[in-house]
Amino acid sequence: MLLEVENLTTLFRTKRGIIRAVDNVSLSLEKGDFISIVGESGCGKSTLAYSIIRLIDSPGEIAGGKIYFDGKELTSLSEEKMRKVRGKEIGMVFQDPMTSLDPLEKIGDQITETLMEHIDVTKKEAWQIAREMLEKVGLPPDRVESYPHQLSGGQRQRVVIAMAVSLNPKLLIADEPTTALDVIVQEKIMDLLNEMRKEGRAIMLITHDFALAAERSDRIAVMYAGWIIEMGDADRLTKEPMHPYTRGLIESVPDVWVDREIKPLPGFPPDLAKPPEGCRFRPRCPLATEKCMKEPPGVDVDGRYVKCWLFEVK
Amino acid sequence: MSSLRAYIITRFLMVIPTVIILLTLVFLILRIIPGDPITSMVGQKVPEEVLERLRHEAGLDKPYHIQYIEYLTGVFTGNLGKSMIWGKRPVIAEIMDHFPATLELTIFGFVLSVLLGIITGSIAAFRRGSKTDSGMRIYSIIAYTLFIPWFGMLLQMLFGVYLELLPIGGRITPGNSPETITGLYVLDSILTLNLTSLMDALSHLALPSLTLGIVLSGAYTRLVRNNLIDVLSQDFIRAYRARGVRERKVIFHAMKNAFIPVVTLMGLQFAILLAGAVLTESTFSWPGMGTFLIERIEYRDYTAVQGAIVFYAMFVALISLVVDVIYALLDPRIRY
Ligand SMILES: Nc1ncnc2c1ncn2[C@@H]1O[C@H](COP(=O)(O)OP(=O)(O)OP(=O)(O)O)[C@@H](O)[C@H]1O
Ligand SMILES: [Mg+2]
Repeated sequence: MLLEVENLTTLFRTKRGIIRAVDNVSLSLEKGDFISIVGESGCGKSTLAYSIIRLIDSPGEIAGGKIYFDGKELTSLSEEKMRKVRGKEIGMVFQDPMTSLDPLEKIGDQITETLMEHIDVTKKEAWQIAREMLEKVGLPPDRVESYPHQLSGGQRQRVVIAMAVSLNPKLLIADEPTTALDVIVQEKIMDLLNEMRKEGRAIMLITHDFALAAERSDRIAVMYAGWIIEMGDADRLTKEPMHPYTRGLIESVPDVWVDREIKPLPGFPPDLAKPPEGCRFRPRCPLATEKCMKEPPGVDVDGRYVKCWLFEVK
Repeated sequence: MSSLRAYIITRFLMVIPTVIILLTLVFLILRIIPGDPITSMVGQKVPEEVLERLRHEAGLDKPYHIQYIEYLTGVFTGNLGKSMIWGKRPVIAEIMDHFPATLELTIFGFVLSVLLGIITGSIAAFRRGSKTDSGMRIYSIIAYTLFIPWFGMLLQMLFGVYLELLPIGGRITPGNSPETITGLYVLDSILTLNLTSLMDALSHLALPSLTLGIVLSGAYTRLVRNNLIDVLSQDFIRAYRARGVRERKVIFHAMKNAFIPVVTLMGLQFAILLAGAVLTESTFSWPGMGTFLIERIEYRDYTAVQGAIVFYAMFVALISLVVDVIYALLDPRIRY
């Protein structure tokens, strides 16, 4: 296994109370895997990603669990060792390409600073690598001389991806990398991620676009209010969702190709400072029963993880 | 880089109309003020032919448009006319006697204010929400509202009278002046390797520049704190960390971004700095432009006052040019 997250819990201690943004989450990834994390806004997807690279700012903290990555346990690693993992072994692409580059530095300077932080190269060599990286993501190499404001959103996101892959990380986490971009650019960026995967990298794509996740990834993990409530093979999970929330989510996605009624999911995700007792999806669940007043167990059904009383193993 | 050069040239060309407008304003204001400067200088009891002679010497008997042209050509050739009292020396020479003192005080006060502002502002930002943060914010408000003569006097009492650590007035102990090269005593002492005069000049500079520095730092504290907090929460800072860039370098990038509005404030504060310097100079008997200006206003030395104002105006225009160039060097979004 390349990445194994075990019972990870990340909290934010806010004035309104303790927010369990990631609650007892486990998942694993192998080399070459492409997993998507989907779920509505605020369910803890980004917090999960930041927890993996240990970039949770106060008032947040990783309160429990273990993260094994390539033979190391990340939650107990020293800050300096963790810094060397960031960028070098785990690359990260952020949601908004307009704000994830430093407006004052040339593209080339931003790429080379990262390179020289991790590998032993001269400035000249680093600039050469930077040019090659831009070419690889489909940008003219002389863009190294540009400043971020001289590039379009799509170009900037390519730069960010170039930066994230320039050190050849084993895992690439992309947190909604295409939300701010138009559909055509989105396709190209996704193709790029796919290529990265073919080179043997594991990809973790965070998105709230179920259709995109179904089309692009091998596996899907569905998050709801800090929990993973269902996880499994992307095709099967899309065709036969088990958890009522997953079903609701899929039915609420407009499908361009198939003429099908869209049923928006009623209600909103709960306030994580005061989550409902028992199953967190209970207030919105059409199939809720008495039992759901207690937290459902996570069970394995034919290689599919599902956290719901409906699938309790007798 | 060539676009940077183009920016600087354009910006430089823009100074010319600014300066001409400033000069015209000074010219007009001094002629619109009711009363004849010569009469108000020497009084009305003086015989008419003496007044005529003085007016002629000052060139005030010529038609306005001729005066205006002579005045402009004078300014651009460094001729600000002759002082109307005492030795009737060229005004530019008198300014040059006093300007280095002001420049020295302004540089020290300015650097101190920016340093204090950056240090207190960053401490507040990094300890956001803590008691230290509140302390720094209170400092900023108090510093901002301090009245220079009052605060200067307080420092004089404390360090000069009570602790007897520092001189409370003047620029240097008589006899200790370094050989004049630039007129800036600290620089001249260093250039001539004169340690006695260096220490003497610095000890005289301490209180006035501290007064000026503290009072002007309040605005920077606030600005640096708010900017840094804003920058530190931005995505690209988190992105630097996510790429494993060392924290020291991340902070450097954050500070650089937070510094841009500070540069703008420096340009805006500069006129305030000069005004503050006038007050500081009179509090500490500092023989600079402020003291000179106040003295000549009292004597109604009309050419000297006009010359000093023109000089100040040009100086402010020059500094704002320098600030804009620094701004462009820092921020690529400006120069393209
Ligand atoms: N710095 C923080 N302080 C307090 N609460 C936070 C902080 N960051 C996130 N949270 C809370 O943690 C929960 C999960 O947030 P997170 O950003 O992980 O959601 P997300 O699934 O990525 O949502 P989105 O799709 O909108 O990006 C939210 O309820 C949010 O309010
Ligand atoms: Mg998010």
